Amino acid sequence: MSNFNYTLFIVLIPLAMFLLLGLQGHKFKKLSGILGTTGLGIAWILSLITAYQYFFVYGNVGGVFKPMLAYNSVWLQMTETLHIDMGILLDPISVMMLVVITTVSFMVHIYSNGYMKDEQGFARFFAFLSLFTFSMLGLVIATNIFQMYIFWELVGVSSYLLIGYYYQKPSAVSASKKAFIVTRFADLGFLIGILLLSFNTKTFDFISLTDIHGPAIACGAGASFLGLSVMTWSLIFVFMGGAGKSAMFPLHIWLPDAMEGPTPVSALIHAATMVVAGVYLVARLFPVYAISAPQGLEVVGYVGCFSSLFAAVIACTQYDIKRVLAYSTMSQIGYMMVGLGVSHYGGEEGLGFMASMFHLFTHAMFKALLFLGAGAIIHAVHTNEMTEMGGLRKYLPITHITFLIACLTIAGIPLLSAFFSKDEILTAAFHNNKLIFFVQLFVAGLTAFYMFRLYFRVFWNKEPHYHHTPHESPLTMTIPLMFLAVCSIFAGYIPFSQFVTSDSKPFESVMEMGIAIPSVVVGLFGILIAFVMYKKETTLPDRISTGFSFFYKWAFHKFYFDELYLFVTKKIIFRFISRPVAWFDRHIVDGTMNGISAVTNYVSFQIRGFQSGQLQQYAYVFVSGLVGLALVILYAFVK
Amino acid sequence: MNILSLFVIIPLITMFSLMLTKGFKQARLVAAIGMGIQLIMAVVLVFMYLHERNTGNTQEMVFYDSSMWFPSLNITYTVGVDGIAVAMIMLTAIVVFAGIFASWDVQFLTKEFFISLILLASGVFGFFICLDLFTMFLFYEVAVIPMYLLIGLWGSGPKEYSAMKLTLMLMGGSALLLVGLLGIYFNSNPGGTQLTFNILSISKIVIPMSAQHLFFPLTFVGFGVLGAMFPLHTWSPDGHASAPTAVSMLHAGVLMKLGGYGCFRVAMFLMPQAAHEMGWIFLILTTISVVYGAFGAIAQKDLKYINAYSSVSHCGLVLFALLMMNKTTMDGAIIQMISHGLMTALFFALIGMIYGRTHTRLINEMGGLMKVIPFLAVVYVIAGLASLGLPGLSGFVAEMTIFVGSFQHPDIFHRICTITACASIVITAVYILRVVGILLFGPINNEHHLHLTDAKWYEKTSTVTLVLAIAGIGLAPLWLSNMIGDSLGPIMTQLSNAF
Repeated sequence: MSNFNYTLFIVLIPLAMFLLLGLQGHKFKKLSGILGTTGLGIAWILSLITAYQYFFVYGNVGGVFKPMLAYNSVWLQMTETLHIDMGILLDPISVMMLVVITTVSFMVHIYSNGYMKDEQGFARFFAFLSLFTFSMLGLVIATNIFQMYIFWELVGVSSYLLIGYYYQKPSAVSASKKAFIVTRFADLGFLIGILLLSFNTKTFDFISLTDIHGPAIACGAGASFLGLSVMTWSLIFVFMGGAGKSAMFPLHIWLPDAMEGPTPVSALIHAATMVVAGVYLVARLFPVYAISAPQGLEVVGYVGCFSSLFAAVIACTQYDIKRVLAYSTMSQIGYMMVGLGVSHYGGEEGLGFMASMFHLFTHAMFKALLFLGAGAIIHAVHTNEMTEMGGLRKYLPITHITFLIACLTIAGIPLLSAFFSKDEILTAAFHNNKLIFFVQLFVAGLTAFYMFRLYFRVFWNKEPHYHHTPHESPLTMTIPLMFLAVCSIFAGYIPFSQFVTSDSKPFESVMEMGIAIPSVVVGLFGILIAFVMYKKETTLPDRISTGFSFFYKWAFHKFYFDELYLFVTKKIIFRFISRPVAWFDRHIVDGTMNGISAVTNYVSFQIRGFQSGQLQQYAYVFVSGLVGLALVILYAFVK
Repeated sequence: MNILSLFVIIPLITMFSLMLTKGFKQARLVAAIGMGIQLIMAVVLVFMYLHERNTGNTQEMVFYDSSMWFPSLNITYTVGVDGIAVAMIMLTAIVVFAGIFASWDVQFLTKEFFISLILLASGVFGFFICLDLFTMFLFYEVAVIPMYLLIGLWGSGPKEYSAMKLTLMLMGGSALLLVGLLGIYFNSNPGGTQLTFNILSISKIVIPMSAQHLFFPLTFVGFGVLGAMFPLHTWSPDGHASAPTAVSMLHAGVLMKLGGYGCFRVAMFLMPQAAHEMGWIFLILTTISVVYGAFGAIAQKDLKYINAYSSVSHCGLVLFALLMMNKTTMDGAIIQMISHGLMTALFFALIGMIYGRTHTRLINEMGGLMKVIPFLAVVYVIAGLASLGLPGLSGFVAEMTIFVGSFQHPDIFHRICTITACASIVITAVYILRVVGILLFGPINNEHHLHLTDAKWYEKTSTVTLVLAIAGIGLAPLWLSNMIGDSLGPIMTQLSNAF
């Protein structure tokens, strides 16, 4: 065993940067960007060292990657058996995530030095980025589910703060609020899931939870409720949290609005890292899902499958380039969920698991690239609307090439990274669930179509009149683009099945041509349609959208989900619950209290006449009382 | 002299010194020094207490001392603290200290204001150190009555109405409480020996069930009024809305905790059998409080009303957790009291400071304050995040301990109550973010607010003290949780014997 103590610094450096920049940022001004970036750079290097040491030196013990506790201490003792720990767990998926997060975050930090340089609150931006990175790293290295929940919430709040970065813009404020509340609602499910899970298994600890011979998995066959075991229910609740964070249908509505945040934030949080937390959560608990709650895993698969189709359809109709990418993200996360959903535990049966993690990895690279590219475009033309763009390939050569690489990657063109990862998800789906397979194959075509629709609209097509000639971004922005482009091309050659598998034992995965070829054909077909429709300015897209006007309208309005949510929150919760509660409290509960005092007042006002101080009145009462009493006595005793 | 008596004596000395001062500058300085010493004493007390425990002192109450006060009724002045009382004293000291600085610019009858405020504080301190039901009740009244003057004289809005309402409702609670306490007293001699008010002695005997059935509800409701239990909470919104800043802070921060603490130390500790039999009724009421308060807060427009309803929700959670009656939830309940005390004090301090600048508390008359008063706005966001249970701040620790603990009851009734209470975390997020969004973010919609000045040094002192305490508990909760948990032994024995 090796000493992995230094991994503590991967987490603590971003935290230190957050505190430094958050409290003293105004003193550093432009230096704060450099400080934040340097800190992250060190964390990135440490992560790479960790990955090297874990995968190649110490991790593999007798053909299995053992989970290792680099650090652990009790943070809060709850009951005799339940305690929340803070620690660092290293195993294949957490080490992989360390690399993904620090790489993307480092690139985004570099990029932000250029992109955000004229913004007010430059230091605040870097402070929040560091806070986010810290929380996200804490989330992936969590040794127990409650630690994960803690960082899960912190990630949520960093996302809230960053979406609302332009806090004077009402749309950004409401988007951040929406994101927080929707994910909070999902987290309620997560919390109940944790409570239920820990009540039955008596532990929060991941190692004992996922030990396939351990007591946690064995208790899966316990009491049942509505036909599903308690274990299944708790895991479905846990998945609810994951679905909220990963913007799975029907909890996806916050993600497109989250694009109100600065573009580097969208790249880091809402594309590459935070939104895959749900996938990571399911992967983290995968043995429990696969062995004691297969129905729960089916739910994961179907939710992922539907979300990916749903999002891809909407993406085809949107005009805001960041929103297209947001729906694309949702769709790709759907792929990852599908990968998990169609997987089994152990060996080659666990192909879906491996493919899902693989896709998570490649997706982080190419989606971050797409968003950063989109940021460079927005930086050049000062708009998000693709209708106001066109012909940009001449002005932004580096952005153009890197963006094209990313588009080809996501479309699944052979030899680029996503080709390998997506193909493996499709293979796993093909062997387990034909319905999901065909849906995902169709989505692959749609993906290629909407990405190239975006690409052709922005870089080719008719050039509108630009107020200022668009110009290429500075080096701080293009270097991350080029680096990520290289990653997008070559990440597919990492033999993932040698490192990250459902049971931590390496296996050989082979490419099935019978599946690879159709998926490539579908992708090329999508590109071809986009080429015909959008390469040059034609009326074809308009004619098609009027032809399918009903469906188009629904998709364009995102199937009216925002309106539905607005109805529930504004109308039902605010108007039919909160207002009446407030009214009830003021008028009934408090009214009763005031009523009591009013009655007391009234009565005392009425009876105060008895103490008038008038002697005649007293004498009158005295005599009449005496007479009355005499009569009673006479009546009672003298018969 | 016993160290605990100092917690009553220092405020008394401060009050006498205040009488000698001239002008508001001297007055506030004296008050600040007095309460500063009190805060230092509280910190010292925590260390002394932990030292006692570490050196093997296993007495139920440490620094125990008792002297006869009124022999014919056997009323004594008995003091002693366990981890819970120490924690509450610490909370009180912090909130009072912050409260003095938050009322730094009171210039109307400053001397009298601080005297009343410190009198109130001395009542609270006395309540927490006492182990004799009668003296406890005495201090309780000392804490409640200055409130009338403080609201009636230094308040705002319909202050006479609010002061009267608050005092009358709390007095109503005290009346029930007095009957309950006397009931306990007259049942404290099963062997025909001397009647006693001493909590420790009473806890050794079993009060007859017929008496418990009568007096448990009386004491619980009596304290529950102060703990803002539904439906007896309505003094809280009006009272807070009219109270001056420091009074709101002290009232919501510590006075409402007297309710929870009393329910715990008197009602449940002395009458555990009745607590078991009748707890479910109050559990339903407190579950309603938790959700009802939160929903009520969503629809409010006045910052103080929002916070008052939020307090109903959070204090409801305290009683809810106590009534779940296991060690984890009890621990959580005490942490929740401390956590809520700190964050609600912070909220009221900030509201007072914002009101002092904008002269309005209606959220839709303000907007975009983040731009003009960033310090106060950032602290408001931190308070909000603490309130909605963000990890790293105290609210999370308390809530999670409570939820994990109450989930250990596997029956349907407790499950439903628990999950309903859990749902409050979402509703809380809704009203907190609503306020933050309207008040602090967005464009500045009132041109008078363009040139507000940010926090002064004393305002910073006040808020930073509270923020540090909130973050301290949130980041390293283990010592507090253990200090409280270790002192829960006696009541857990009482409750488990009651089965």
